[in-house]
Amino acid sequence: MLKLIASRLATAVPSLIGVVIVTFLLTRVLPGDTAAYFAGPAATPQAIAEIRAKLGLDKSMPEQFVDYVSALAKGDLGSSLSTGQPVITEIATRLPASAELTLAGLILALVIAIPFGIAAAVKQGSWVDHSCRIITTAGVSLPVFFTGLLLVYVFYFKLGWAPAPLGRLDAFATAPPDITGFYLIDSLLAGDLETFRASLAQLVIPALTLAIFALAPIARMTRASMLSVLSSEFVRTARAAGLTPYKVIIVYAFRNAMLPVITTLGMVFSFLLGANVLVEKVFAWPGIGSYAVEALITSDFAPVQGFVLAMAILYVLLNLLIDIAYGIIDPRARAEA
Amino acid sequence: MHGVIDPATADLQPKEEAHGKLLEVKDLTVEFVTRNGLVKAVKNVNLTVAKGETLGIVGESGSGKSVTSYTVMRILDRAGRIAEGSIAFSGLDIAHAPESQMRDLRGREMSMIFQNPRAALNPIRTVGRQIGDVLMHHLQADPRNVKEKVIDILNQVRIARPEERYHAYPFELSGGMCQRIVIALALACRPQLMIADEPTTGLDVTTQKAVMDLVTELTRERGMSTILITHDLGLAAAYCDTVMVMEKGVVVETAPAEQIFRNPQHPYTRKLMRATPRPGITLKDLLPESEASSSTSVPFPLPNPPPQAGEGAGDALSVGDPLPLAGEGREGAAASAADIPLLKVENLLKEYPRQGVTGSFMSGLLGKKGDPKDTIFRAVDGISFEVKKGESVGLVGESGCGKSTTSTIVMRLIDPTAGKITFAGEDIGAIPAKDFAHHPMRRRIQMVFQDPTESLNPRYTASRAIADPLLRMGGMSGGAKMRARVEELASMVGLPGDLLDRFPHQLSGGQKARVGIARAIALNPDLVILDEPTAALDVSVQAVVLNLLEELKHKIGMSYLFVSHDLHVVKLLCDRVIVMRQGRVVEEGTSEQVLEAPKDAYTRELLSAIPHPPV
Repeated sequence: MLKLIASRLATAVPSLIGVVIVTFLLTRVLPGDTAAYFAGPAATPQAIAEIRAKLGLDKSMPEQFVDYVSALAKGDLGSSLSTGQPVITEIATRLPASAELTLAGLILALVIAIPFGIAAAVKQGSWVDHSCRIITTAGVSLPVFFTGLLLVYVFYFKLGWAPAPLGRLDAFATAPPDITGFYLIDSLLAGDLETFRASLAQLVIPALTLAIFALAPIARMTRASMLSVLSSEFVRTARAAGLTPYKVIIVYAFRNAMLPVITTLGMVFSFLLGANVLVEKVFAWPGIGSYAVEALITSDFAPVQGFVLAMAILYVLLNLLIDIAYGIIDPRARAEA
Repeated sequence: MHGVIDPATADLQPKEEAHGKLLEVKDLTVEFVTRNGLVKAVKNVNLTVAKGETLGIVGESGSGKSVTSYTVMRILDRAGRIAEGSIAFSGLDIAHAPESQMRDLRGREMSMIFQNPRAALNPIRTVGRQIGDVLMHHLQADPRNVKEKVIDILNQVRIARPEERYHAYPFELSGGMCQRIVIALALACRPQLMIADEPTTGLDVTTQKAVMDLVTELTRERGMSTILITHDLGLAAAYCDTVMVMEKGVVVETAPAEQIFRNPQHPYTRKLMRATPRPGITLKDLLPESEASSSTSVPFPLPNPPPQAGEGAGDALSVGDPLPLAGEGREGAAASAADIPLLKVENLLKEYPRQGVTGSFMSGLLGKKGDPKDTIFRAVDGISFEVKKGESVGLVGESGCGKSTTSTIVMRLIDPTAGKITFAGEDIGAIPAKDFAHHPMRRRIQMVFQDPTESLNPRYTASRAIADPLLRMGGMSGGAKMRARVEELASMVGLPGDLLDRFPHQLSGGQKARVGIARAIALNPDLVILDEPTAALDVSVQAVVLNLLEELKHKIGMSYLFVSHDLHVVKLLCDRVIVMRQGRVVEEGTSEQVLEAPKDAYTRELLSAIPHPPV
């Protein structure tokens, strides 16, 4: 298993180098002159040139690249031009916020989607199957900002069950000590149940919004994968041996059907992490998605590069996790490694 | 629903039947709901199995033999249902028993072993736990003693080192071993009835014999009844007391095994009997009597295979087609057909890194060198043979003997580690496999594959599949000329012209095999490699396809390299036979020599393992 992890990490190195190069080039070819943007509309050409020199933008591309990479090697991702903060600290505070939200949404989606998918496959053509189809279709076709706003309208505005959608904690609560960056976990570690409850209340509605979107692919994949496994020969053998439906469906069929579901899960997670910008906007969530989009609009290179790099690393780690999960579930994958 | 069941629950308890009948099926009709409406898969089937009896159900694909047995176990899929009739098992009404009761019966009182043992086992659960699941479910073991009991059962099915194998996954075991595990699963709870559905299809003949002998021994010593479902009359003859022959969902004949083979009554039984390859017959004998006598249009063996036999097709082929060496090869063949080898393989060697050798790549990088025997597996270990012009050579052996590797190397799909392959005077072994696809020699060697379904592109019509080599290497690009050539090829292989626009899933197995053959002969090759071309076909279709291959060989003047595990089939088609084992040639000679007076002990073992009807 350790060998597998080491070899996976080794194969990820070239793609990470590729990501560094491509993001560097991409941010340079994007339209918009950073120096002109920060100098302001009234700046003289001379002032713009000064700013450009200060930012190192007057150097040749290779020189800029060498500067970037050598800074990167020291763990320096540069500083955001608009906030003045180092990119690395911004990402360090914002990434856990996004990750907590995404994970919560994903877990919620899993809890709903997997039993649903299994039931839809086992009772193919029944009302469970049809309602599964309707809900998953609705889940993918309703945009997240719409479901988000709808949930806010119903649960905050109409029913008043949920707190105001204003970030991770309401204004009067203090953030728990920073250990993992996940408020739910940190507050529990600190034994602060009040903060735990408050951050959970903030999290429920945005997580539900994401879950509605994420459960569609997971439920569909679970159903399809279960259907194919249920018609396989070893399930027939298990039935012919008289095993109970529970044993046949959960132990024999579902464990085999999990493999494609896990692959889908990895894709859904990485997709959500970057793409939940809209949810972050609607709920004023201080996440990494909104940070990156704002930086992109202002041609602020450093945060964009930092964001893409962080995502790439995360993606590599995620794939590693999926491979490990595969190895745990499927002995054949272990043998190949 | 319950109202219907209630009267039956009165005698749900299994009870001894006075007349010793364990299973009695009366007037059984099974329907399937399909897109085209209700289809009756089994019609008015009657059968009885006495205690300790072995009943063979014999039939070709679509005969309803598997559906009958699944119905007895009540494991039909949801589209199927019992339309009429009754099934009594130990006096119990199976057709109306509640599902919970069926679950108790399955595995404990009646069990099943399946075709394709590897697929029949859960790939991600250790075999020990799978057997344990069955034992624990039927309360034959508890968590404390389950392992002990499983190992005991593994011992009974002759699994060596059972403690180790308890923790093995199906993919770590051989096919024969997997089938022993499936048998262990079926016998774990000592049921009264065991249904074996094609239990040895896909296994080697020697493994088949070992598995069937084991099943017979275990069922006999426990006084169990067995239903053996098979397409192989020889197998039924060797292992059954009574044989029931089914055709298209109907039982055509039921009789004691001895009687059904000595004196078959129904024409279909006779047709099956004739189509089963057995010692001392010729290809013609496989065909039904009526066809065998009528199809004398091509008397073979032809006295002299005409070199221009494929001339009718020749004009189409000559378009932009210089065919280097081809002319020379053919003329040479015509002059002295017997002497010049078309294909000469010398000291062919193919090595693979041994599977499961950890860090072979890393140790290679670090320059570490282990014992080559530990790290290298020789699939083909220095074999040499020749195929002469117009000759058919059989390459026989069990799985893993290297016969398919050899044929793949000759086809130049993979590169040999060492050795020389000379084809029509040119050293084609020296051409890298990846370049050979574009080499002019490529069109002169063609292949017919084992699985007629898998080897056809499902999105290509029959005519497109046949035209494929014409388009790629025949210098044709569609149009009336190509269509004419495709039609000509179709008529050569006996494929009706109106089937040409169908897709593979709309064709029967035999028709797909014909498409595969037509595709292989489209470019008038000199050598056709036949990789078990009939292994996936029913015996009656196999009979027709084998005869077709023989006929085409004489028409076109091809040579065959016939790869097979079945010596009797090989003997029918081939002039010479090469027997391989563990990458080496153990015996070589004419078909008569090898089959009638085998010199090597292994060949004798292979021959004796093939069951055949007592004719």
